[in-house]
Amino acid sequence: MLRKLALAATAALTISTSLALADDPLFHDLGGRDGIATIVDDATSNFLADPRIKATFDNTNMDRFKTNLTDQLCVVAGGPCVYKGQSMHDAHKGLHLTNADFNALVEDLQAGMEKAGVSFATQNRLLARLAPMHRDVVTK
Amino acid sequence: MIHIASRAVLAALFVTAATAAAPAFADDSTPSSGGGSVVDQGMAMFDDGKLLATGGVSDLEGAGGGGLATWALTTGYGTRDGVGLDGHFTYIALPDYSLWTEGVAVGLWDRVELSYAHLTFDTEKVGATLGLGKDFEFDQDVVGAKVKIVGDAVYDQDSWIPQVAVGAQYKSTDHVDILHAVGAKSGDGTDFYIAATKLFLAESLLVDVTLRETKANQFGILGFGGDKNDSYSTEFEGSAAYLFSRDFAVGGEVRTKPDNLGIAREDDAWDVFAAYFINKHVSVTLAYLDLGNIVIKDNQQGAYLSLQVGL
Repeated sequence: MLRKLALAATAALTISTSLALADDPLFHDLGGRDGIATIVDDATSNFLADPRIKATFDNTNMDRFKTNLTDQLCVVAGGPCVYKGQSMHDAHKGLHLTNADFNALVEDLQAGMEKAGVSFATQNRLLARLAPMHRDVVTK
Repeated sequence: MIHIASRAVLAALFVTAATAAAPAFADDSTPSSGGGSVVDQGMAMFDDGKLLATGGVSDLEGAGGGGLATWALTTGYGTRDGVGLDGHFTYIALPDYSLWTEGVAVGLWDRVELSYAHLTFDTEKVGATLGLGKDFEFDQDVVGAKVKIVGDAVYDQDSWIPQVAVGAQYKSTDHVDILHAVGAKSGDGTDFYIAATKLFLAESLLVDVTLRETKANQFGILGFGGDKNDSYSTEFEGSAAYLFSRDFAVGGEVRTKPDNLGIAREDDAWDVFAAYFINKHVSVTLAYLDLGNIVIKDNQQGAYLSLQVGL
């Protein structure tokens, strides 16, 4: 019985995963998880080089940050990933980030997507899904 | 002609000042954790923190918007923690007339907008025909205030609620005796409007719908109210703009207008435009504009060129 349930669960998971893949062209248009990882790599370099926001990452483990951000963008884009990081609210509380900080990060992410050859329209499809996070990220 | 030359010089000076000041402001836009001098803090007010193009451009009447339509967006690049300041120069070349507008506007905390614009309407040869004299000019001052009441056009992407703002524009035109002679009831008047603007980011599309209560004849250049109608009428403004890239947008607008004067029919206006945001300090808008009939001349279609510069 347990075995059957596990099988059914695996099957359901497989189906939902492939549905997510089939259903969400955004994940593909960003180049899958590998494409997203490339974007995150480049965007992260931009964050750390950006005088407006680099200090925000002073106490951040950047390798874990990159993995988490890649997984998170993958999930947001409808890809078959699992985000293991903190909630957006918890991850940003105490950082006192401003609206301008949020937008600086958006600009750096845009530059990362630009470099990865993601079209402007596709960039906007992703940013549209990220924009509401503004409420949890900007606390100042 | 003198106007064009002097304004071009003024515009050039403005651009130079804005671009020279820009790096200084950019350096000061880091999160202010370390206090800094009063001057630094003053500079930091201009946080330049909004995303490119999200301040819109300057409309005819000096408010943040498209060219014809006033939008709910607050002008400039100040975030909710900052201030944005910009100026604009707009030249409209019509077959039988020309129109200059120049103005300044300030956006406070991404919520309140205060604006001033001066419009100069040159009647060119029509002025002579009407016995006013060639190049007879009407001058109009517009003082505007706008406040955002709900929503955020950019961030609320998980909601259908647009950014909504209400505003008023007090307009005063000179040569009141002539305005009375053409049938206008007053040389000054106040428009009231409510604007709803939404960025459909996933579609790269910005849409605005605005309703305006007004008595203005030809934006107020021909006064307010008239022999045919002297009460407020509700007029519509709409814009749609497609964003091709972070710095380039193309769109169209319509604006209905009252028809208060017996001496001439007043038509609705429309335009198609392209706006190029060179950076957060300089943008250029080019449009093809149709204002329809103006007094004795039909088909007033022409070019609209606008430069916006800001801190």
